[in-house]
Amino acid sequence: MRSISLKINSSSHTVSVPPMKRLLDVLREDLKLTGAKEGCGEGECGSCSVLIARGGERAELVNSCLVPVLQVEGVEITTIEGLAPNEAAKLHPIQQCFLEHGGAQCGICTPGMILATHHLLAKHPQPTLTQIQEGLAGNLCRCTGYMRIFEAVEHAAASEAGK
Amino acid sequence: MRSNVTEYDLIAPANLPAALAMLGENPGRYTPIAGGTELMVALSAGRLAQKQLLSLHSLRELRFIDVLPETVTIGAGATFTDLRKHAGIAADFPLLAQAASWTGSIANQNRGTLGGNIVNASPAADSPPALLAYDAQVTMVSTRGARTIPYSEFHVSYKKTVLAADELLFSITVPRRFGAHRGYIRKVGTRNAQAISKIALAGVALISEGKIAEVALGAASLREVPTRCLAAEQALLGCEVSAQMLPGLIASARVALASEARPIDDIRSTAKYRAAVAGNLLEEFLRQLAE
Repeated sequence: MRSISLKINSSSHTVSVPPMKRLLDVLREDLKLTGAKEGCGEGECGSCSVLIARGGERAELVNSCLVPVLQVEGVEITTIEGLAPNEAAKLHPIQQCFLEHGGAQCGICTPGMILATHHLLAKHPQPTLTQIQEGLAGNLCRCTGYMRIFEAVEHAAASEAGK
Repeated sequence: MRSNVTEYDLIAPANLPAALAMLGENPGRYTPIAGGTELMVALSAGRLAQKQLLSLHSLRELRFIDVLPETVTIGAGATFTDLRKHAGIAADFPLLAQAASWTGSIANQNRGTLGGNIVNASPAADSPPALLAYDAQVTMVSTRGARTIPYSEFHVSYKKTVLAADELLFSITVPRRFGAHRGYIRKVGTRNAQAISKIALAGVALISEGKIAEVALGAASLREVPTRCLAAEQALLGCEVSAQMLPGLIASARVALASEARPIDDIRSTAKYRAAVAGNLLEEFLRQLAE
């Protein structure tokens, strides 16, 4: 066991866990943040996606099933629970667009899809369809057939641009 | 069956000398882990045999890309995302930038490292064909010092490399002399996004006065290790590339490539398919050269 300090969704936590424990399991079991889902457990499906940012750098999308928790000590971690800008807003604009455009069905892939979209729009605020497809290629959805997800992403980009 | 994670230990040394000291004091005791895109999969599947791991993830000394007049040196800890967004790599080594772009998903590219891709030593790995075509050199370090060898000599046999138990791969160096070369790279997998390749081929060729003055070919999944295709290169060297000569050139190159191919049947493909498609890829490269 190791005492490890984590910064998750702007709040600090200290957990006592084996250092090789997967970040996904620490989030779900130790911190009860069950937004990140386990799909494949081998970095193929993206349903466990979270964002991590080292001191001031742009947040990067990672599969939390492939991250030993020790490697994110002191790193800023954002999960789907922390995406909405504040309590009052409830939903981030990307979440709102997924809701309005049918980008979410069973919901297993949705947290990962939304965080992957967040990462994509940070890199490419006005993505082409090809960039959307590549940006979300690591996130599998078995419900929507993807078209509604792409629509949701396009609307999220447009609504950001309209501000 | 999931591994019991309490049986595993992970130590994160503060810097490279500390990491090398740990490896030097107990050679073979620790398994280095960088981005975890390979070893963590094994952990999840309950097949990670090594229980003591050494994290390279936060070693800044391994994460760099140095552009010098004659060479570019890439730290073993550079991620595929680092490679993709580096203008110098895109300009001088487009085959490597291309390979980085189809190595797993964005999330995996953010974590996976070039060094890990090499040291993991999969014959199907995405970066080796381009590195072989570009005549890369690799530098290894230990408390005993550093050594540099051609990357083509790094892989010894299936999943075996020349890396000693106390050594780390430090960097990969590619010469900046391919500006006038024509390049080719293609990966054939089950689907476009993040599939492991069935077969892949990268090549560079310098055409001078209508003839192939220089050629280098690197392949994945053609043999038990990532491999240069020396017989095919030999068959092409000095040959005229023209519409008239092309059919004969393709035929002899395919025969030469088949002579050195040792593909296998496995879960992803068959030996027969791999051999046939490797020949098709080489043919595609030659047709592009003749255009």
